[in-house]
Amino acid sequence: MHELSIATNIIEIAEEFVTKNKGSHISKIEIEVGELSGIVIDSLNFAMELAVKETVLERAEFVITSIEGKSKCNKCGNEFSNSDWYTPCPKCLSMDFEIIAGKELRIKSIFID
Amino acid sequence: MCDTCGCEGDSKITYNKPGEEHTHDHDHGHGHTHSYTHDHDHQHDTDKHAHDHKHEYSHEHSHHDHDHEHDHAHEHHTHEKEHDHPHGKEIKIEHDILNKNNALAERNRGYFEAKNVFALNLVSSPGSGKTSLLERTIKELGSELNFYVVEGDQQTMNDANRIAALKVPVIQINTGNGCHLDAEMVNKAVKQLEVANDSVLFIENVGNLVCPSLFDLGEAKRVVVISVTEGDDKPIKYPTMFHSADICIINKTDLLPYVDFSVAKAKEYALSVNHHLVFFEVSVKTGEGMQQWYQWLKENK
Repeated sequence: MHELSIATNIIEIAEEFVTKNKGSHISKIEIEVGELSGIVIDSLNFAMELAVKETVLERAEFVITSIEGKSKCNKCGNEFSNSDWYTPCPKCLSMDFEIIAGKELRIKSIFID
Repeated sequence: MCDTCGCEGDSKITYNKPGEEHTHDHDHGHGHTHSYTHDHDHQHDTDKHAHDHKHEYSHEHSHHDHDHEHDHAHEHHTHEKEHDHPHGKEIKIEHDILNKNNALAERNRGYFEAKNVFALNLVSSPGSGKTSLLERTIKELGSELNFYVVEGDQQTMNDANRIAALKVPVIQINTGNGCHLDAEMVNKAVKQLEVANDSVLFIENVGNLVCPSLFDLGEAKRVVVISVTEGDDKPIKYPTMFHSADICIINKTDLLPYVDFSVAKAKEYALSVNHHLVFFEVSVKTGEGMQQWYQWLKENK
């Protein structure tokens, strides 16, 4: 359940920004989670529900956007969707590719009151 | 954090060296006070002078009321834009959630590099033989390489005690409810361990093929261990971990005649999620294949 560590990190970052911007709490937070980030969105939602009590995020709307996994083939240069790590390049069937999107795990924006 | 032992208030993370464990009877859920007073008088007959000493030390802190200091080193990774919005003031921060861990992991990495410490993060399911691998490696290579060990488990000193029996410096991190080590825990543990220059540091992570994959500890190489009593499709069931590893050790090969595990299939699956992986097939029990692992350790140290 590493989503709880992630939730704790999100709260720490949010509190830092509220303090810096002299706000009182956050009304909405937007998070981007890549399909290959190793984070289960349902678990993160669950962990956030538990972790936000008595924090600046207690009343915040929590919006998570999933980002599609994408790879670039090292053999033929083809870029293709890849949400499971092990789908070969559909063009040349090579397994030699680099992940170019889908590992994101970031706070996109916060709305401070 | 408790200054006595390094354990942390509510999160109950502890750091202990075998033989130096201490028990707590103070309550970590609340603010607590340590105080220490020391008086003594003494007289020297030879020069006939006398003096009194009085030392007082007191220390108070509250786990609920303390101020946090934040490291703002990450701010240049953050782009802020403000907009007015019905939800309040929108700030676009594009902030990597793992940034704090990653920044601290890089500090650990720099520290290891400066001291020429070869740090390995060992990850696996529980029971695949990580501790046994370390025990045999230390026994057979201890005269050539200088080893230090950080053990990570939710509970018990068991693994640290096994390593300590080999006369190798070891510290046990008990994560309490935590399912993985992180860079901060390793940072604290390594400070207490006082790792010497030109050594090998094994960091045995909590047995778990999911959670530790996200947390960089500052290691030079990540080593994933699987055993042939597990399924050969482990690499595609837990691709995040296999993708993040550099080395894959397939252990318990002496049991291959009795199980359905196909080494070729496991390698094929593992390479499909990470084509850079380097493999060692070993039996820690019989010693088969261990020489190649030792050779790699000596060459890469």
